[in-house]
Amino acid sequence: MEKMPKWADVVLIPLISLLLAAVLSALVILAIGEDPWAALKMMVQGALGSTYGWGYTLYYATNFIFTGLAVAVAFHARMFNIGGEGQAMLGGLGVALVCLYMPWPHWTVAVIGASVVGAAFGAAWAALPAWLQAKRGSHIVITTIMFNFIASALLNYVLVNVLRPKGSMDPATAKFPAATHLPTLHELLLPLGIKFSKAAPANVSLLIALAACVFVWLLIWRTRLGYEIRAFGHSESGAKYAGISAVKITVVAMLISGALAGLMSVNTTMGEAERLVLNATEGAGFIGIAVALMGRSHPFGVLLAAILFGFLYQGGAELALWTNIPREMIVVIQALVILFTGALDNMVRMPLEKLFLSLRRKEG
Amino acid sequence: MSDVAPAIELKGISKAFGPVQANKDISIRVMPGTIHGIIGENGAGKSTLMSILYGFYKADKGEVFIHGKRTAIPDSQAAIAAGIGMVFQHFKLVENFTVLENVILGAEDGRLLRPSLAKARKELKRLAEDYGLNVDPDAVIEEIGVGMQQRVEILKALYRQADILILDEPTGVLTPAEANQLFRILDRLRAEGKTIVLITHKLREIMEITDTVSVMRRGQMTATVKTAETSPEQLAELMVGRKVLLRVDKAPAKPGAVVLDVQGLNVTDEKGVQRLKDVSLSIRAGEILGIAGVAGNGQSELLEVLGGMTRATGRITLNGEEIDLTGRHSDGQSRRARGIAHVPEDRQREGLIMDFFAWENVAFGYHRDPAYRRGVLMDNAALQEDTARKMEKFDVRPPNPWLTAKNFSGGNQQKIVVAREIERNPTLLLVGQPTRGVDIGAIEFIHNQIVALRDQGAAVLLVSVELDEILSLSDRIAVMFDGKIMGERLPGQTDAGELGLLMAGMNGRAA
Amino acid sequence: MDYMTILQILDSTVRLAVPLLLACLAGLYSERAGIFDIGLEGKMLAAAFFSGAVAAVSGSAWLGLLAGMGASLVLSALHGLASITFRGNQLISGVAVNFLAAGMTVVVAQDWFKQGGRTPSLSGAARFEPITLPGAEALRDVPILGPLYAELISGHTSLVYIAFACVPLTWWALYRTRFGLRLRAVGENPAAVDTAGVSVVGLRYAAVAICGVLCGIAGAYLATALQAGFVKDMTAGRGYIALAALIFAKWRPWYALLATLLFGLLQAIALRYQNIDLGAITIPVQVMDALPYILTVVILAGFVGKAIPPRAGGEPYVKER
Repeated sequence: MEKMPKWADVVLIPLISLLLAAVLSALVILAIGEDPWAALKMMVQGALGSTYGWGYTLYYATNFIFTGLAVAVAFHARMFNIGGEGQAMLGGLGVALVCLYMPWPHWTVAVIGASVVGAAFGAAWAALPAWLQAKRGSHIVITTIMFNFIASALLNYVLVNVLRPKGSMDPATAKFPAATHLPTLHELLLPLGIKFSKAAPANVSLLIALAACVFVWLLIWRTRLGYEIRAFGHSESGAKYAGISAVKITVVAMLISGALAGLMSVNTTMGEAERLVLNATEGAGFIGIAVALMGRSHPFGVLLAAILFGFLYQGGAELALWTNIPREMIVVIQALVILFTGALDNMVRMPLEKLFLSLRRKEG
Repeated sequence: MSDVAPAIELKGISKAFGPVQANKDISIRVMPGTIHGIIGENGAGKSTLMSILYGFYKADKGEVFIHGKRTAIPDSQAAIAAGIGMVFQHFKLVENFTVLENVILGAEDGRLLRPSLAKARKELKRLAEDYGLNVDPDAVIEEIGVGMQQRVEILKALYRQADILILDEPTGVLTPAEANQLFRILDRLRAEGKTIVLITHKLREIMEITDTVSVMRRGQMTATVKTAETSPEQLAELMVGRKVLLRVDKAPAKPGAVVLDVQGLNVTDEKGVQRLKDVSLSIRAGEILGIAGVAGNGQSELLEVLGGMTRATGRITLNGEEIDLTGRHSDGQSRRARGIAHVPEDRQREGLIMDFFAWENVAFGYHRDPAYRRGVLMDNAALQEDTARKMEKFDVRPPNPWLTAKNFSGGNQQKIVVAREIERNPTLLLVGQPTRGVDIGAIEFIHNQIVALRDQGAAVLLVSVELDEILSLSDRIAVMFDGKIMGERLPGQTDAGELGLLMAGMNGRAA
Repeated sequence: MDYMTILQILDSTVRLAVPLLLACLAGLYSERAGIFDIGLEGKMLAAAFFSGAVAAVSGSAWLGLLAGMGASLVLSALHGLASITFRGNQLISGVAVNFLAAGMTVVVAQDWFKQGGRTPSLSGAARFEPITLPGAEALRDVPILGPLYAELISGHTSLVYIAFACVPLTWWALYRTRFGLRLRAVGENPAAVDTAGVSVVGLRYAAVAICGVLCGIAGAYLATALQAGFVKDMTAGRGYIALAALIFAKWRPWYALLATLLFGLLQAIALRYQNIDLGAITIPVQVMDALPYILTVVILAGFVGKAIPPRAGGEPYVKER
């Protein structure tokens, strides 16, 4: 017997968790002497009220789709990849090298090259933790955390000592050549007669992110590899019986996860900054955790959750600009979402299961 | 007798887990100084009842009396205070602690360890002398055998001054010799006035040692009788609710050419323990070879090696062609490709993914089959059609491919696994514990399917801890003990007694 | 390198090792009881802010310490609620705790002090002052040992001495007391503890609470002893380094001391020298920064002795037969 209907599991529980997080966030805002309702209105206005706002919301959402998918794919293999941040940093390094040192005739070719190399660098940074987990049983959560710090030190070194242009004090690479600049939504939508804000950073990477959603959906639910990943994630002993190699699935799932995280840098580094800066990832790797948890590791759920977090990011920036609510309020909301949709899942689930059980008893 | 209060008296105990009624209105009286057996099939509710008595579960209804006094047992602490000790089927020991540390855990004297340890050391010495329970107090648990570990569990209970001892399936992991030692200890405990409740599904043990026996079936207590006044046949009937027909109707085997040939198989596990010792056997087409043995004597490893789950040394041929035991083709996928199908011992942990739909489970292990493939994707429509067909043929209820595996009963789960494996028309079928936790109706069905496959000319390797199953299904029986094949017998020319001796590591004829 | 330089580096090692040591011991209690805690960072950060804030307002470092421990305990309780009571994922709960602290400290700091997410600078009694041990000045002129005593052993704040005292105390509690036996047992096999009539939930909450108290001291040390006030993200990954040290120490108290001193030394060297010139090669400062993490990965990989975590670690306890 299912304890409750599937729709309750997929839709109701995330919604209730989200509501709890929202209520607590509102209380925090109230406590620091601001009006939550006015704050919400301002966030909606700032993030969704103009194409400029939408442009930022979608720009952030693009990042979160990639990192959310990265965490989700690993979740399906029952691994917690907390290293999206480091993998995205390395992805950025790959993108920067490709953009700086290879002559690209046109952005269409460059974006393919950058995507491939960015993904490859991200995957490479996930490879060692994956291999250590598969072969030596080293806990992937700890190793990926460590690799985040190592990535950060590595990037710091490369930017300060190697890639920094002579004479510059800024730990960043030179500006990428113009041929690698990605078209923004403004440029993409203009031929269609749609006027989109020129200043917003959302760019063609959004389409790559959407394609990644479709790719992950196909991979997980329609291919044999996806079948093996899910089977392994549900039951390691079962996978062994079925002849599914634990080493192969662990490594492959983490490589895909790392590649998705690495792809994020196409959006930030190539699409927005057009050079590699320190801290290009801005914590998006961690937000992927919240996004994957809220989206129930399903690409469609991840897409929706990523847009929600994009909204929170852009809305939060507006709040910080116009009110006394600092930007870090978003981090609080993010923590609450992770808390309620992830760690305290049972707190919401158990009473609901009881409710549905007693409802069914009444019917029966 | 009537003036002595029962050591344990349960009145009208009921317990439900969600929609499942595990215990229904159970009443029982256990007299002090006796060994009281509780017998019933897997899932009859024996362990639930005892867990209520030990404060693990709270009964929905009913009362507990200990030595005539009404006692509430909300947790294990209360059970211990009431003088109840429990030896669980799966031991509750801290693996990297010493025997002494395990014994005092939770029963320490005061906040510092040193005095507690000294006192326990003395007490253990006394208990060893009184009951013949010899254990090295400084041995680390993970370094001693299961028989010793069980003694530690008994010592734990006695150290807490338990005068009621509950043992849940205590012989499941023991060799017959160890089981006999255990029974001698229980005898002495009874002689010292302790009350013992023995939970088991083995009739032989009940007949051998208990004074009184209660029978449970589907959550209800169906009878309590004096052991001396009953017979195994009567108990068996009470257990399953109707006359049991353990014989399977089958024509004599017509063995063909040798299909499987195993020579000198050795397996050493990651702890360095040798699990299979030079095992050799062969099975012909159209023949069922049954492997009898106490759980944990290498049968599981044998199945795992043949099924591609464990690596081994030695030589195995299938229809004369060698099988890879260590290299790239030593996995389950390669075995399936060679025509070896495998019904694993544990369907919930191995044979099925409990959260997958029935149709996804029908592809489990065969998910790379080209029949389930369309381009780079899986052909889910074809798979769902195939599942519906198999569910109908094997009478899986409900016949709904879109139900997840965990929503089927044990018997129907097993039918899904058996359907998946048998419908492949394998050259060799590996079957482990095919009817564990399966209802009677499904048992018959599954047995008939295995025989039908044999009659089509497949070789079958059957592993079961149920001797009756081995005796009724096999065309030939091999007995395993301590990783070795002790001998082979023909079912018509042997009996449970002789097999039992072989299972204990004694050569039946010589003993 | 002269003797005084070495002493100064070692002195700075001690100062930098203390928060790592406290956090590492905090994690040790929690993880020995079977509750993984990657939220050490967040608890320290919250404690740093609240101790800094209360010290700034009240002018008392000790009141600040209490506030820090309180804040850390609240987060511990949250972690306990999620991972013990509601049997949630301990790793995810730890991540949530870290973000909650990272966000809330700045939000509250901005609301209270309006200084861009920091507390006012602390001085006087609002900070823990160094203690000069008896005879330190008098013995300073004794060769070798004098400066050692005066520079390295004397002249730290009381929290430093408390932290070092915690090492033998933890060892004693773990291996010589009833509580320690039960704590170690509950991290290895909670079912054994439960069937022995001891509350698994109670033990685990106790462990998580001790973890909270120690993280609280560590945070207070950062804001009111090592530095003069709270600044945004001032823990700077120390919680994770403590986690690394815990693995390095294989969950044992004395090894925890050695591991945190080693990592403290690396930080002290990185702080004093930007790049280390070894003649032929120059070690960039980033290598020193990354070294604790790299060493931990090497240990985790089992190339230098296998680190076996408590067996029931990370698993919520569900009663079963």
